[in-house]
Amino acid sequence: SNPFEVKVNRQKFDILGRKTKNDVGLPGVSRSKAIKKRNQTLLKEYKEREKTNVFKDKRFGEYNTKITPEEKMIRRFALERQQNYGKKNIYNLNEDEELTHYGQSLAEIEKLNDIVDSDSDTEERGALSAELTAAHFGGGGGLLRKKVSSQQQDEEEEKPKSRKELIEEMIAKSKQEKQERQTRRESALELTEKLDKDWKEIQTLIAHKTPKSERKDKEVEKPKPDEYDMIVRELGFEMKAKPSERLKTEEELAKEEQARLQKLEADRLCRMRGIDEQANKKRPSHMSADDLADGFILDKDDRRLLSYKDGKINIENEEKEEEEGEGEEEEEDNENEEEESQEESASEDEEHDAADSHSDLESDCESEEEAAGNKEEKKHKTNENESQKVEKLDPKREAAKSELPYTFAVPESYETFKSLLAGRTIEQQLIILERIQKCNHPSLAVGNKAKLEKLFGFLLEYIGELAILDLPELRTIDKLVLPLYNLCQMFPEAASDSIKFILRDAAHDLEEVIEVKGRASFPGLDTLIYLKIVSLLFPTSDFRHPVVTPAFMYMSQLLTKCRITTLQDVIKGLFICCLFLEYVSLSRRFVPELINFLLGVLHISLPKNQAQGYTVVHPFTPVGKNLELLLVCDKEDLKKWEKQNVPLSIVTRLKEASRTEINHTRLSCLALCFDLIKKCAALYESLPSFHEIMHPVRVLLTQHVPVNEYPEKLQEWYHSALKELENKVKHYTPLICEKKKPVPLKQYTPKIVKVLEFGRKQAGSKKEQERKQLIQRHKRELKGAIREIRKDNQFLARMQLSEIMERDSARKRKVKELLGSLATQEGEWKAMKRKKWSN
Amino acid sequence: QLPTGLYKKVLVILHNSVLPYMNEPTLMMDFLTVAYGIGGAISLLALNGLFILIHQHNLEYPDFYKKLYSLLDPSIYHVKYRARFFHLTDLFLSSSHLPAYLVAAFIKRLSRLALTAPPEALLMIIPFICNLFRRHPACRVLVHRPGGPADMSEDPYIMEEEEPSESRALESSLWEIQSLQNHYHPDVAKAAAVLNQSLSEVEDDISGLLDLSAYELFDKEVKKKAVDVPLEFEPVRGLFGKKNDILAEHFSLD
Repeated sequence: SNPFEVKVNRQKFDILGRKTKNDVGLPGVSRSKAIKKRNQTLLKEYKEREKTNVFKDKRFGEYNTKITPEEKMIRRFALERQQNYGKKNIYNLNEDEELTHYGQSLAEIEKLNDIVDSDSDTEERGALSAELTAAHFGGGGGLLRKKVSSQQQDEEEEKPKSRKELIEEMIAKSKQEKQERQTRRESALELTEKLDKDWKEIQTLIAHKTPKSERKDKEVEKPKPDEYDMIVRELGFEMKAKPSERLKTEEELAKEEQARLQKLEADRLCRMRGIDEQANKKRPSHMSADDLADGFILDKDDRRLLSYKDGKINIENEEKEEEEGEGEEEEEDNENEEEESQEESASEDEEHDAADSHSDLESDCESEEEAAGNKEEKKHKTNENESQKVEKLDPKREAAKSELPYTFAVPESYETFKSLLAGRTIEQQLIILERIQKCNHPSLAVGNKAKLEKLFGFLLEYIGELAILDLPELRTIDKLVLPLYNLCQMFPEAASDSIKFILRDAAHDLEEVIEVKGRASFPGLDTLIYLKIVSLLFPTSDFRHPVVTPAFMYMSQLLTKCRITTLQDVIKGLFICCLFLEYVSLSRRFVPELINFLLGVLHISLPKNQAQGYTVVHPFTPVGKNLELLLVCDKEDLKKWEKQNVPLSIVTRLKEASRTEINHTRLSCLALCFDLIKKCAALYESLPSFHEIMHPVRVLLTQHVPVNEYPEKLQEWYHSALKELENKVKHYTPLICEKKKPVPLKQYTPKIVKVLEFGRKQAGSKKEQERKQLIQRHKRELKGAIREIRKDNQFLARMQLSEIMERDSARKRKVKELLGSLATQEGEWKAMKRKKWSN
Repeated sequence: QLPTGLYKKVLVILHNSVLPYMNEPTLMMDFLTVAYGIGGAISLLALNGLFILIHQHNLEYPDFYKKLYSLLDPSIYHVKYRARFFHLTDLFLSSSHLPAYLVAAFIKRLSRLALTAPPEALLMIIPFICNLFRRHPACRVLVHRPGGPADMSEDPYIMEEEEPSESRALESSLWEIQSLQNHYHPDVAKAAAVLNQSLSEVEDDISGLLDLSAYELFDKEVKKKAVDVPLEFEPVRGLFGKKNDILAEHFSLD
C-alpha cells in the first residue's frame, strides 16, 4: 500500500525468536474502519435517540442468506399453516385443509362431480343457465378431465347435466345415503345387543349346571383358549430375562470374604504405622532387620490369615447356629402363641385387643412390678442371677411378646427411649431396636439419618445407666452392644462424636475433682464399659484415631491420677490395665503407665518392709496407708483359693462380701497381675530397652514377692510370668542416625526454563501465573474500553458540531435569502417610488 | 528443723519474694544448702534459691551437678513442681562449658527415667534432650555411633552410679528414646522419631511445654476435627466377644 500511510513501530532491541504483532500499523486504514463502524452503529443510535417506535421485520428468514428462496417460501408456508391450524380447524374433523379453486372448495366440486357420475341414471334434468355453469365450472382442468372420464364410463348420457339438476340430485343422494347409513348402524346395534343377550343366557347356562353333553362340548372348547391365554399371558407378563451375576459358590464367597478382610487388615496396618501421616518415616530404619521383616509384619500377617480362615469358619458357623437357634426359638414361640391363641377363647382375644390398645399402661405396670421385684431382691440381699429373673418374668414375657408393634418411631428424647425399653426383656429390647432401625432406615426418609444418629446417643446413655445400677445388668449390655455396633457402622461420624462427648465429660469431671480436692477416685463402671465399647467399635491399633487416642489419654490419666484406697480401686485399675493391653495388643505400642501400675499393684501386695531396688511412682507411694491392700495373711483363705474370673459387679457390692471372699478376690487380682505382666513381657519383647522397662518388676518379683506363701495355682501364675520375663536375650546395637540426604551444592549453570510465551513472567506457581495473566488482561481490556469510549465521545461531538454547523449555515442562508428578498423588495419599492417621483 | 509442709511453703516463695529484698542474701546460704541436701521435693524447691545465690552472689557449691544428678529419680516426672525443676535444669545445662560426660550422663538418666513418665512429661523431655544434643554436639554419639561394637549384651550405662563421670554414659546409646518411638501417644512417638534424623540447628522452644497438663493434651486431641473415622471391621459378638479378649480371661459379666 501507500508507504506514506504505513507507520513503523521501531524496536529498541532485537530479540531472537520474538514475533511482534504490532511492528507495522496502518493508521489511516484503521481510522477509516473505525469511523465507518461508528457511522453504522453509534450514529444510527444517535439519530434514533428520541424515537421510541421501532420497525421490526418479522418475516421469516428475511435477512437469512443461508436459506434459498424456495426453501424460505416453503418454511413460511409451513409456519402459516401452523398458525392457522389450531384456531380454525378444531371442528373440521375429516379434512385437514380445504383446497380451493377460484375461491370455491375443490372438495365440493369433486363431490358434485361424483354425484354426476354415480347418479347419472336418474332422469331428473333441470334447466341450468349456461352462464351459471360456466361461472361455476369455469376453467377447471382437472374437473374437465374427470368429466371426460365419467363420460367415457357411461356413454349413454353424453348430455351434461345442468348445475341445478346436479345439486338437487346430490342433495337427494346424500339424504338417501345418510338414511341408509343410519339404518345399517341401527340394525348392527340391534344385532349385537341380541348377541349379547344370547351369550348371557348361554353363559349362565355354562356357569350353572349344564347337561353333560353341553358341558363336554364346552370343555372341549374351553381348555383351548385357556391354554392359549395362558401362553399369551406368560409371554406378556414374563419378566424380561436380565443378565444377572452367576450365583457364587461357597468357595468363591469365602475367598471374597477373605480378600475383603485382608484388605481391611492391610488398611489397618497402614493406619497403625501412621503411614499416611508421615509416609513410612515412623518405622525406624535402624531397627533390627528381623524385627521389621519377619518378626513384625509377616509373622502377624500369617497369623491373621490363619486366624481369619479359622475364625471365619467359626464365626460363620456360630452365627448360623445362633441364627438357626433364634429362628427356631421364634418359631417355637410363634407356635406356642398360635396354640395358645387357638386354645384361648374369643373373650380372651378381646382382652388381648384391649391390652394392645393400652399397651403403654401395661408396660408401665410391668416396670413397676419389676421394680418391686428388684426391691424385694434387694431386701433379701441374695446374689440372684439373671436367669432366675428371666424365669420369673417368663410368663409375662409371653404375654408381652404379642404386644410388640411392628413399627416404631425413633424416640425423640431419652425419656421416651427409656420408657420404650423399660420392662422389656433383653430379646424384646433387641427386637425393638432392630425394628426401629428397619422402620427408619435412612434410605426411606430424609430425616431418618439424624434420628438414628440420636438413637446411638440414647443407646449409649442407656448402657451407661444400666452399668451404674446397684446390680449392673451387664448381660443386657452384652447384647445391646450389637445394635450399637450396627448403628456405629452406619454413622461413624455421629457415633464418634457422641463417644467423644462422653469421654470429654468424663475427663472434665476428673480434672475438676483433681483441681478441687487434689486427688481423684476411679470413675464408675459405666465409664469402664464405655472404654471397652470404644475398643469394640473402633480399631485401636491406629497411629492416631479421633476416638481411640483420647480414650488412651483418658485411661492414662486414670492410671496415674486416681488414688488407690480400696480393693475396688485395684480391680478397676486392673480392668483398665487389661483394656490398655487389649488396645495395644495389635500395635504393640508402649504404655509406661501400665507397667507402673502393675508394679504398684505388686507393691501393695507385699508386707510392709522397706522397698529396695525399685521405686514406685504416682499414684502408689513407697510409704502410706494403701500399703498391704492386697496382702493376704490368712492361711485358710490362701489354701482354699481357686482362680476364678472376677465378676465386674464386684465393684459395686464388695462391701457385702465376707472376709474370705475378699481375700480370694485379692488373690485373683494378684493372679491377674501376674498374667498381665506376662502378657506385657511378650508384647514388649521387641523394644530395645525392654530390660530397663521391666527391671523394677523383675527385681520385685525375684526379691520381694513371698512366693512360697502363695497357693500352688498362684505360684504357677507367678512362675510363668517370671519365666516370660527372664528368658529374653539382652541384645543391644548402637544407634545410628538415618543418613541425611546430601544437600546439593549450589551450581552456577543457568537455569533453563521452557519459554511458553514471551513477554510474560514465568515465575510463580501455575495458579499465580493465571492470576497475573487475568489481571493483565483485565487492565488491557479496561484501557481499550476507555479509549473506545473516548473515541466514541469524540465522534459524537464531531457529529453534533457538524449538525450545529449545518443548522447554522442553513439559518444563515435563510436569513440571507430573507434579507435578499427584503432588499429586492425594498429596491423594487424604491424603484417604484423613484419612478413615481420621476413621473 | 522445719516441718515438711512449712519447708515447702517457704521454699516456693523464697526466690522471688524473700531473696531480692534481703541485704545479705548470702545469709540464706546455709539454709538452702541444708534444704538441698534433704532430698525429694524439698531439694527440688531449694534449687531455685540456690541458683540465685550461685548466679548473683558468687556462691561456690562443690559437686553441684553431682547433687543435681542424684536428684533425678522416677518421681520427677510426676511431681507438681515439674515445670519449675526442668526450667532450672535447662538453665544449668545450657552452659556449653560443661564436660560431655556430664551432659551425656544427664541425658541418659533423664531418658531412662522417661520410661515411666506420663505422655505430658514425655512431650516436654524429648525436645529437652534434643536441645541438649544441640548444645553439646560431643554427646551425639549417643544417637549416632557408626563404628561401634555390633552386638552388646548389656547397656554400658550404670544407672545406680552416683558419680556422673563413672556412669559410662558416653559408651551407651539412647535405646530408651528408641523404645519411646513405640509409645501409644502419637505425638510422643513422633517427637521421639525426631532423633532418628540428624537434628536441625535451631533449638526447640520448650517453655510452652514445661507445664503441659494431661487434661490440656486430652482436650487438644478431642477438639481435633476428624476427617473420617475408621471403623472396626471385626463384627461384635458381645461385650467380651472379641478374639483374644484379655478381659474375658479375667473378668466375668456377673
